[in-house]
Amino acid sequence: MHPVRKQRLVLVLFVLLFSSAAIALVTYALRGNINLFYPPAEVAQGKAPVGQPIRVGGMVLEGSVVRSADSLHTSFELTDYEAVVPVVYEGILPDLFGEGQGAVASGELDEAGVLIASEVLAKHDENYMPPEVAAALEQSGFDQKGKAK
Amino acid sequence: MIPEIGHFALIIGFSLALILATVPAWGAWRRNSRAMALAPGLAVGTMVFVSISFICLCIAFLQDDFSVKVVASNSNSLLPPIYKFSAVWGNHEGSLLLWALILSFWTAAVALFSSQLPLLMLSRVLSVMGAIGVGFLSFMLLTSNPFARLLPGTPADGNDLNPLLQDPGLIIHPPLLYMGYVGFSVAFSFAIAALLGGRLDASWARWSRPWTNVAWAFLTLGIMLGSWWAYYELGWGGWWFWDPVENASFMPWLAGTALIHSLAATEKRGLFKSWTVLLAIFAFSLSLLGTFLVRSGVLTSVHAFATDPARGLFILIFLAFVVGGSLTLYALRAPAVSSRVSFEWVSRESLILCNNVVFLVATITVLFGTLFPLIMDALGAGKYSVGPPYFNAVFVPLMALLVPFMGLGPVSRWKRDSTRRWQSELAVPTIVAVLCGLTLPLLNAQYNVWVALAVALSSWLLLGLLRDLWYRVRGAASLSVGLRRITPSYWGMFVAHLGFAACVTGVVATSQYNIEHDLKMKPGDIEVIAGYEFRFVELVPARGANFVADEARVEVTRHGEVVALLAPQKRRYLATGQIMTEADIDGGLFRDLYVAMGEPIGDDGAWAMRLHYKPMVRWMWLGAILMAFGAFTTVADKRYRRVRAVASAPASEALHGA
Repeated sequence: MHPVRKQRLVLVLFVLLFSSAAIALVTYALRGNINLFYPPAEVAQGKAPVGQPIRVGGMVLEGSVVRSADSLHTSFELTDYEAVVPVVYEGILPDLFGEGQGAVASGELDEAGVLIASEVLAKHDENYMPPEVAAALEQSGFDQKGKAK
Repeated sequence: MIPEIGHFALIIGFSLALILATVPAWGAWRRNSRAMALAPGLAVGTMVFVSISFICLCIAFLQDDFSVKVVASNSNSLLPPIYKFSAVWGNHEGSLLLWALILSFWTAAVALFSSQLPLLMLSRVLSVMGAIGVGFLSFMLLTSNPFARLLPGTPADGNDLNPLLQDPGLIIHPPLLYMGYVGFSVAFSFAIAALLGGRLDASWARWSRPWTNVAWAFLTLGIMLGSWWAYYELGWGGWWFWDPVENASFMPWLAGTALIHSLAATEKRGLFKSWTVLLAIFAFSLSLLGTFLVRSGVLTSVHAFATDPARGLFILIFLAFVVGGSLTLYALRAPAVSSRVSFEWVSRESLILCNNVVFLVATITVLFGTLFPLIMDALGAGKYSVGPPYFNAVFVPLMALLVPFMGLGPVSRWKRDSTRRWQSELAVPTIVAVLCGLTLPLLNAQYNVWVALAVALSSWLLLGLLRDLWYRVRGAASLSVGLRRITPSYWGMFVAHLGFAACVTGVVATSQYNIEHDLKMKPGDIEVIAGYEFRFVELVPARGANFVADEARVEVTRHGEVVALLAPQKRRYLATGQIMTEADIDGGLFRDLYVAMGEPIGDDGAWAMRLHYKPMVRWMWLGAILMAFGAFTTVADKRYRRVRAVASAPASEALHGA
């Protein structure tokens, strides 16, 4: 074979091999590490899987935040004003977490339908609403304050 | 009045950019040298007027002119003056103006420092940059005018700047990052100009190389500052979150890293020409994509601030236009510029090729992870999020794969080398590196195989570089003569690769040995982490210019000696009532001690506290600084100033060759 052609062939084979390895790596990494968002209404209907990483977002229900007096344990409820999902979290909550504010919790649902959160994200500035929460509220037809639109 | 002057200057700047984008390009097409000669003047003129506009916006912020909408929504009379500057670019309109300003700086810099370029090439390059300027300036004028007034209805005071952005790091982070982002527009414009002219040769690579290196250095610094800011300001002690906005700046960096290496091969050996052009297009397209992702608000991100999705459409169309247009041009013209230079498989060229493949694959995997949620959402398949584990799982093996190539690269010869020479060159470094990897992690309390691997790889890199340096200087009469004979571009490579080794070591050591305790502490409580005793001494009230705070006093002792007194704060900003965590850090070359406050718990004065022990975390940022420093150094190389002699000879041919 012509040396230039041979070099090209080797190059193409190398690129093919390398990119298929990369694709395998990506699919493998993607399998366990993506999680799907569910609005509280869908969690209540049982659409969310139990024991798999998911995210749930909504407004933190007024009066639902209970902080433990001797540990970092917190429980609260997320709502889209259609349904309510209880959440427990062990750790430090973000600064802008609060009742009547939007928040997204990621974790796993247990058998009782409680979300065991490993991470809680609150909005980052006063005017910003996590897009998923906004969409979840859009679906349920309520505004941020819980009034029907 | 001043905002109106600013607005007017912006319109003039836009008009000049429009002329720059059209007249010299027409001149280059019709070979009209008078039209072409207008380009440098127009470039400088655009810069002057955009600067005036920018200065006007700064004045509006400094004077607390709350009749200007962006000032009213992003500043406050209590805001310390220095942060009024970060408020200028801490919002959508202002940051776009900064983008346009930096683009006009780069354009003017190309106009002023490229007298050795043939006029034909220069006018094409400046026209392309002018066209990019037109895109951004029209975007501002049509959708996001920074000088829009609130008349009537001027508020008495402003909304204040988001407290997270009230930080010295954030004053220089965006400008540096944009210097990098926008700097790739120079490489892009050179590539497009070369495609238009149909002439791609070593001198083309030599022209665009210093610009690309400088842009890459700025981007490196910008990303590094962003990571550092996240570390001390977000209050969770993390330094990289694989957040879409971070990825937005990281993708151009990855593509840019591939580009600066492939440019080296193009300059030295005339290889990979069309590939280099494609990388230049990629790097800048990814910069634009980054701007789109950040500015359009399509992402869920810890960085996402209130944005207007309607504006996203404009950038998306602009992006499609730039990427589509340049790729079409590439498809039409690239076959004409392909190289016919051969090289052996065992050579520096093939190692650079490996570098490029690794970086490109890394770019694509990050791009995929970043866009995956957007694609799934657009398809209606659900709202997914791709977390850090995905990125770590694909990125870490890729970088580990990179280091062996990096070790071989600098010691190999162009065109043809032999594996036997590699063996003899690197046998000693390999043995020493393995020994380092086996022994050095023993200095820490527990042995960790990943740290061992990272130490072995980085020390292999370091020792290979040192051995190569030794070969270069040993023939000289004395060490200092030998060292002086080494070119700035070699030093640049040396320092940058060293920085990469430091970065890898820092990242792996801090990820593996990091200890984090979140716990409840009341005054008097002691918590021991890695031999350091953290004692919560007391809680005191504190006050700043525009906030009140609870301050925890934490004393850290080790073996009975006081190591540090830390004073993290929980602040409440007066203008918005926003609560913010201010961590306190005792930094050091080998370890950082980090304390942040959570929230009060119970009634006995206890607080949730976050205590961190982070070994070698600073190596990562020091490494990034070294990389940037290395890239700046290469520009000092003499051959970039000697180009006139080389360039003038083929200039006449260029006039006909297109």
